[in-house]
Amino acid sequence: MSRPGAREPGDTVRPGSPSPTPSRSSRELRETEGTVRKRLLWATAAVLLLLLLGACSSDATQSTLDPQGPYAQKLKDLFVPVFWVAVGVFILVEGGIVWLAIRYRHRKGRDRIPAQIHGNTRLEIGWTIAPALVLAAVMVPTVATIWELAAAPPKDALHVEVRGLQWWWDFQYTDADMQTSFGDRLPIRVADVLVIPVDRVVSLSLLGAGGDITGPEPADADHEVIHSFWIPELAGKQDVVPGRTNHILMQADHPGTYEGQCAEFCGLQHGRMIARVVALSADDWEAWVANQKRPAATPTDPLARQGMDLFLGQLSGGRGSCVNCHAVGGTSAASQAAPELTHFADPTHECFAGCDWDTVDRKALEAWLRNPGAVKFGAKMPNYHLRPDEIEALMAYLYSLR
Amino acid sequence: MATVTTTTRRREGILRRPTATTGFTSWFTTIDHKKIGILYGATAFVFFLVGGLEALLIRVQLAEPNGTLLNPAQYNQIFTMHGITMIFLFVMPMAAAFFNYFIPLMIGARDVAFPRLNAYSYWVFLLGGLFLYSSFFLGGAPNCGWFCYAPNSTTDPSIGPSFYAIGLIITGIASTAGAVNLAVTVINLRAPGMSLFRLPVFVWMGLVVQLLLAFSLPIITVALFQLLFDREFGTHFYDPTAGGDPVLWQQLFWLFGHPEVYVLILPAFGIFSEVLPVFSRKPLFGYQFVVFSGIAIGFIGFGVWAHHMFAVGLGPVANTAFGITTAIIAIPTGVKIFNWMGTMHRGDIRFTTAMLFTIGGIAMFVIGGLSGVTHAIVPSDYQQTDTYYIVAHFHYVIFGGGVFAFFSALFYWWPKVFGRTLSERLGIAEFVLMLIGFNLTFGPMHILGLEGMIRRTYTYPDSLGLTMWNQVATVGAFLIALSILVFIVNLVVTYVKPRPSAAEVADPWDARTLEWLTTSPPPVYNFEEIPTVHALDEFWHRKYVEDERTGRLVPAQAGAAEAHDDGHAGGHAIHMPSPSFWPLVAALGMPLIGYGVLFSWWLVGLGVIVALTGFYGWALEPSVAED
Repeated sequence: MSRPGAREPGDTVRPGSPSPTPSRSSRELRETEGTVRKRLLWATAAVLLLLLLGACSSDATQSTLDPQGPYAQKLKDLFVPVFWVAVGVFILVEGGIVWLAIRYRHRKGRDRIPAQIHGNTRLEIGWTIAPALVLAAVMVPTVATIWELAAAPPKDALHVEVRGLQWWWDFQYTDADMQTSFGDRLPIRVADVLVIPVDRVVSLSLLGAGGDITGPEPADADHEVIHSFWIPELAGKQDVVPGRTNHILMQADHPGTYEGQCAEFCGLQHGRMIARVVALSADDWEAWVANQKRPAATPTDPLARQGMDLFLGQLSGGRGSCVNCHAVGGTSAASQAAPELTHFADPTHECFAGCDWDTVDRKALEAWLRNPGAVKFGAKMPNYHLRPDEIEALMAYLYSLR
Repeated sequence: MATVTTTTRRREGILRRPTATTGFTSWFTTIDHKKIGILYGATAFVFFLVGGLEALLIRVQLAEPNGTLLNPAQYNQIFTMHGITMIFLFVMPMAAAFFNYFIPLMIGARDVAFPRLNAYSYWVFLLGGLFLYSSFFLGGAPNCGWFCYAPNSTTDPSIGPSFYAIGLIITGIASTAGAVNLAVTVINLRAPGMSLFRLPVFVWMGLVVQLLLAFSLPIITVALFQLLFDREFGTHFYDPTAGGDPVLWQQLFWLFGHPEVYVLILPAFGIFSEVLPVFSRKPLFGYQFVVFSGIAIGFIGFGVWAHHMFAVGLGPVANTAFGITTAIIAIPTGVKIFNWMGTMHRGDIRFTTAMLFTIGGIAMFVIGGLSGVTHAIVPSDYQQTDTYYIVAHFHYVIFGGGVFAFFSALFYWWPKVFGRTLSERLGIAEFVLMLIGFNLTFGPMHILGLEGMIRRTYTYPDSLGLTMWNQVATVGAFLIALSILVFIVNLVVTYVKPRPSAAEVADPWDARTLEWLTTSPPPVYNFEEIPTVHALDEFWHRKYVEDERTGRLVPAQAGAAEAHDDGHAGGHAIHMPSPSFWPLVAALGMPLIGYGVLFSWWLVGLGVIVALTGFYGWALEPSVAED
């Protein structure tokens, strides 16, 4: 490589321009440029490392980089190697650009017209083929994983139908051994929190739903729109599309709670359409299923009984009834337009109203009942103008539904 | 100085065809591609500022969890209009500004093929943009996202999605007319000797863009009509309960939407390919490869659309096919970068503001391109899609690549258009601020996306650990805003300074292409004499003669590079098309029809009459000929 500041082969120096005598020795210049170059590359690498560390060691509880099950792990295993290849390309290309900019910068006092090179066909063909080969290599495991994820679930998988509504998640367990023991023997149905056993494949069928809530204003009605079910630590997302059924396979390695949310814009409260998965150990799962198969217990506490009467009856002043939209197993309340409340206070039902608040948060439940739209803009549950004593009774009833 | 006189006023009927090419009203009747280019550029810049304000609102809302600046209804309108504004009302028209101004000059023509259609395109664009923004005052702006998926769009009770459908039909008409115009111009109006492979790369990219538009806009127009009809006239194209399919909207939208992103970035590739050689003092490395890769992108760009739909459940066959085509299109997109690096190699690089924005733009585009390649890893995209990781990707390519390219082009071509050079010191300050602000805003979004932050969300829970990077992004956004302020100060400072001499601004950068052959600004007829082209980079070759064997240059004979006076008697014999007000009249019909569909059928009738009157006047008006 020629000395910086010197003539390149093929250069033209304009007649009359000063001869190339740099003010510092060529050796000093070369060393300075080398140092600058090295420093820039180290700085870039350091910044990248910091960002990466920031990404990996965070408090994020909904991270795609922290898989908690084999399906999410497969996705991360694809991403990470490609990411590092991209980092390598980044360093080479960006480093190259920076180096070229510094190495071939115009020096004051020298009027140089470089050799007018038009191209190099062999080189260009080469740098077209090389990336093509890298990409081809990357696409092989990619395609393999597409087909792996599209395979039919194993025979012992748990089957759940997931419905996205505005703006909450509904889960129904459709296996033959997951029916309730009362009434029409419907599938076990819960809202907001999907409960699953650990170490077992769960086959989710995603279905559109909605359109059963109406009101005096057009904005009161709920609509069947596209959503997307996403629990990053357990699986990739798939859209919930009205008119078709999509599928996700999921499995949790450990008991615990896994966060997620709707990932396809679905209207006003898309940003707070939260979902959770609670994975239970084998014993806890048995107990949970057994409890879900039973109808709601009739409360013994008088306040809770009062609440039950309010819930199942018509509210005074023509305000309507909770049973218009909500279901409680074993009672006359059977509508599926709104979240299932049969086991509202079960410990696994950690959150309510689109999973926006903790079930145990009494203040939040009270505020919700008082005026849903005031705490969740555009919520489809109307304001029933409940009196404080009515709210107290209803809360007692809801908390009795274990 | 040659002048054009088109003085004979033929009195036909009550309305005389205008003749003035200067003065305030001449801006409303102009059919001069250069004035129209300036109109496009100024309008696009204003929309850029509006879209930027919308971005700042978004960033303030998201700086903290549970932000209260905007309620969800307001937020949905702001983020939707941010996307629509930046894509349809800023990037596309700003590219149109440069194509309009410079394609005729670069090919040695006097104007575009259809000057009045050119004016019509601009007015329809402006009126379409105003129509879209009037929605804020007429019941609510579009609130469904720039992609406006059905059935959310078909069932939303607000008037916003209807404004969306009609507004984009109107702006689509503008772009389609412009596409036909510029494509015909490039194909038919090239100067003698200007073969296709002597076209500047900017013109080639322009041609590919116009063809992409011509073939993709009809698709979205159909989709938008179907959306409008589902909402207003009771059809069920996207309604699954009545035999329709919501996914149909997505297929049609992305069949347009993917070529559209190449429409957004190819002008930037063209700009980089012009600026780099000038400020490296070397020709573009591998001109033919760069041109062919642009053409390849144009074709393959129609074969990748469903990579926006990997999570829709199209099935493994479709996902495999589109994953592979997406990987394929990365190749022609990426190798250009090596060609650009090859141009810098062994060059004599001058760090003007234009060059800084170009090098910075290429560097930012590389990052966006790399994250784009990770999206092609289909199952990994099941995690990435609909998260802030995607938001990071497209801002790196469209803003980092496209907007940086626009600022490069503004600094590069400002002397040619306005006869003044923008301040380099303020330009460099703007560049540094923008580079830092931009990376602070969008760099962390990669992390936010991978850590679970969804898109199009008006808030996020504080339990997700996303707060810090959101705060960083908000700070970055305000730095970007500061850099734009520096640019505006630059505009003011430049106009306050005394005007440079004609010689200083005719060819201040020692450039290579034909627009620098004429004065700055060019006369209305562009060239005293249409140049005959003998080579690629014709202007450079008139200044320097290259020894083919050694590549060494020697300056050409003095005066060889100047435009000669060939005895056309000061331009009196150059026949330019006359101004006209009919394109504006015809354009006015569009928003009237649009308002009519939403509010009153009488307005539709009025709009049709106005439009038809405009078209008849346009067709039948006399040309104003010289004696």
